[in-house]
Amino acid sequence: MDYNILIGGEAGQGLKTTAYLLGKTIFKNGYHVFTTKDYMSRVRGGHNFIKIRFSDSEIKSPKDKLDLIIALNEETIDKHLIDLKDEGVLLADKELNDLENSVAVNAKEIAKEINSKGVNSVFIGALLKTIGFDLVEAEKVIGQYFADDNQKVEDNILLLKKGYKSCDNINRFELSGIEKNDNRLYIDGNQAIGLGAATAGVSFYTAYPMSPSTGILNYLAKNQKRLSIAVEQAEDEIGAINMALGAAYGGSRAMVGTSGGGFALMNEGLGMSGIGEIPLVIAEVQRPGPATGLPTRTSQGDLNFVINSSQGEFPLIVIAPKDQEDAFYQSFRAHNLADKYQVPVIVLSDQFLADSSSDIKKMNLDDLKINRNLYSNNRDKEENEYKRYKLTEDGISPRAYPGSLENDTILVDSHEHNEYGRVTEDEDLRNNMIKKRKAKINKFQKEDLNPAEYFGDEEIEYLVIGWGSSYGPILEAVKRLKDEGNKIGFLSFNDIWPLPKNKLKKWKKKNVEKIVIENNSTGQFSSLLGSELQLEIENKILKYTGRPFSGDEIYERLTNEVIKDV
Amino acid sequence: MFKERETTSWCPGCGNFPLRKALKDSLNEMDLNYEDVVMFTGIGQAAKMPHFLKINGYNGLHGRAIPPAVGMRIANPNIEVIVESGDGCSYGEGGNHFVHNMRRNLDIVHLVHNNQIYGLTKGQASPTSGTDIKTEVQPEGVTAQPLNPLRIALSSGATFVARSFVGDREHLSKMIKKASNHRGYALIDVLQPCVSFNKINTYKWYSDRVARLENHDKTDIDSAFHEAGKWGDEIPIGVFYQKERDVFRDHFPWLDNQEVISERKIDPSDMDDLLRDFE
Repeated sequence: MDYNILIGGEAGQGLKTTAYLLGKTIFKNGYHVFTTKDYMSRVRGGHNFIKIRFSDSEIKSPKDKLDLIIALNEETIDKHLIDLKDEGVLLADKELNDLENSVAVNAKEIAKEINSKGVNSVFIGALLKTIGFDLVEAEKVIGQYFADDNQKVEDNILLLKKGYKSCDNINRFELSGIEKNDNRLYIDGNQAIGLGAATAGVSFYTAYPMSPSTGILNYLAKNQKRLSIAVEQAEDEIGAINMALGAAYGGSRAMVGTSGGGFALMNEGLGMSGIGEIPLVIAEVQRPGPATGLPTRTSQGDLNFVINSSQGEFPLIVIAPKDQEDAFYQSFRAHNLADKYQVPVIVLSDQFLADSSSDIKKMNLDDLKINRNLYSNNRDKEENEYKRYKLTEDGISPRAYPGSLENDTILVDSHEHNEYGRVTEDEDLRNNMIKKRKAKINKFQKEDLNPAEYFGDEEIEYLVIGWGSSYGPILEAVKRLKDEGNKIGFLSFNDIWPLPKNKLKKWKKKNVEKIVIENNSTGQFSSLLGSELQLEIENKILKYTGRPFSGDEIYERLTNEVIKDV
Repeated sequence: MFKERETTSWCPGCGNFPLRKALKDSLNEMDLNYEDVVMFTGIGQAAKMPHFLKINGYNGLHGRAIPPAVGMRIANPNIEVIVESGDGCSYGEGGNHFVHNMRRNLDIVHLVHNNQIYGLTKGQASPTSGTDIKTEVQPEGVTAQPLNPLRIALSSGATFVARSFVGDREHLSKMIKKASNHRGYALIDVLQPCVSFNKINTYKWYSDRVARLENHDKTDIDSAFHEAGKWGDEIPIGVFYQKERDVFRDHFPWLDNQEVISERKIDPSDMDDLLRDFE
């Protein structure tokens, strides 16, 4: 079973809450759920929709065809009826004559008597009845969501029940009896990054609000008291990154989050992290640019910008998580890497990953270890003075923070500097410092760089290559094509910079048609493979509408554009 | 003991020298250990101070001397934080951070070397340059009105607003000590000549004009605003305004006010509670 629901309406109609309540309810009933948000950059009006897909097997991609639509306004019907399957169900305030399964839900009328703001709970009730769920989990979810306000809980549960009673089950949905799995979490990409950071012991998070990264800020701000950490809204992104650098200089773990435009403002600070060797983790949640672009939509268009960011040359690590579960682990890992190598680490996410909720395997926190790599006070007695930038073979110098050394000071500098951190223009020192910083990235490549992940058989005719968050949709399409007998494999890159080359080298010489799929218009990752591996890519499947790929769409495009003659 | 380092890259006669001496003497008189004081600077000749004094230092980016001090305040509440930079760095490139951190009442001493000119970039107008002065970039004279840092500070929520002059080192040391003892954002706008590029605002020019504030009620913000507007034959120096209010870190009462955050022992396996929100 694999069903796809769309809820559409205007901004301000409570779509987000409805999607959460519904998604969580289906999740609590034991199903795998994947929810995507499509919204406009406005507070009221416009057309927004949310898609909730659920299944008894794991899903990591949105789907195009719909099994059910909840239309909170007329426009939803106009725009999405075309995607509704023939036997699909429409729940709206009126009945459509030419549709087999059209159900009128008098939500406004029903809600008016109890709480006019609870229209959507009537729809949720109606939907649960239509599909064939009971109300047990839905009532719990509502109870938790409105926990601060008993009246709201009562009203919404009452409206849920009224909606439930108002219509009949349509025998179209077959719910397989699934066992409830307590070992899973329902989480979106921003929350996963925030949770990863919290688990890694981040004690200072600062950001200027910017879609689609604000969810990280919200999550950490909400939990700052409980975690005993500080979350501060900065006056601008330049302030944010420099504040975080100050906290890291002080010995804390610090993090900032932003999107492309804000990241542009952070660029000089990124260089400061590079030359000052001050660990820093930045979440860059991509949206389509340039400039303001499409503020609430998705893109993989900042790849070139991010790996080439800031002036000059310095070691930088860029990781693009593949899904919500990976976002947690990569956010956690980013902090260990930043501390170990004393470099900036960028977690490159995007609106698709950030705003989509998915059920993931619950993490085993006992497996996670925090490694700070801070210099202890038992200094080498032969040295008279502490050297923050001591020249070492692996490039990593002892990192102490102010107040941690007896009778000694710590100086960090944005200029080129000597081993003590004091400004210099000496040629040999400059050479040695450049080499030292470069050595760190060599060490990272040897010890910590994750290879690309491969799905498929050894003998293939087609190799699909993707990076970051398009993993789920690509995997779904490739699995489908493979099941249909195509000799196809999928190589997914999540450590992006430096580029892990080994796995791809293996395929380089083989007579295999390579296809790169990415959400931008110029094929940036494909060009990177060209410059790093001298690899010619025959086919590119690109998308730049600001909307995410779906598995269906990639399947169609691979079939039509690449595997034509099969 | 705080000590000056032997070499500097400052011009002979630069106002930075007496400022450094006043700072060093004040810190020593206050019995502070150099490992417990940290100085954040931006870019400019003034901003090189931590290279020329034995002190914990963060010589960061132009205009960005203040923001890292915000992070430091969270990381370590027990450390004395000094921000030091020039007028271009503090009032020009860094204007936004200047305003917003006074709103935060960030607990720092902010020393601005105000020489009314850009030194390191060789003599262009700064935000405090007098109208009509001619430079290579402003050959017809500066047309914009000079910014009044004290009035901006007063209206942005700074809780200690002072001005001093490097030619009166006794006064400057007194101001530094008062600022350091103040809990909150303490601005000292320090008048100093630039011997290389500012031929108008010289030692003599300042000496002829500066006059210590007398019979001034520093708790009266209106009167402070009035005094801060004086700039001409008489330029008042001293504490214009002082007030107590919660400092930045006080707004995070869940942080232990003694705790050095980096000394925290954090174990991910203690965070299971966080996962429950998503079950």
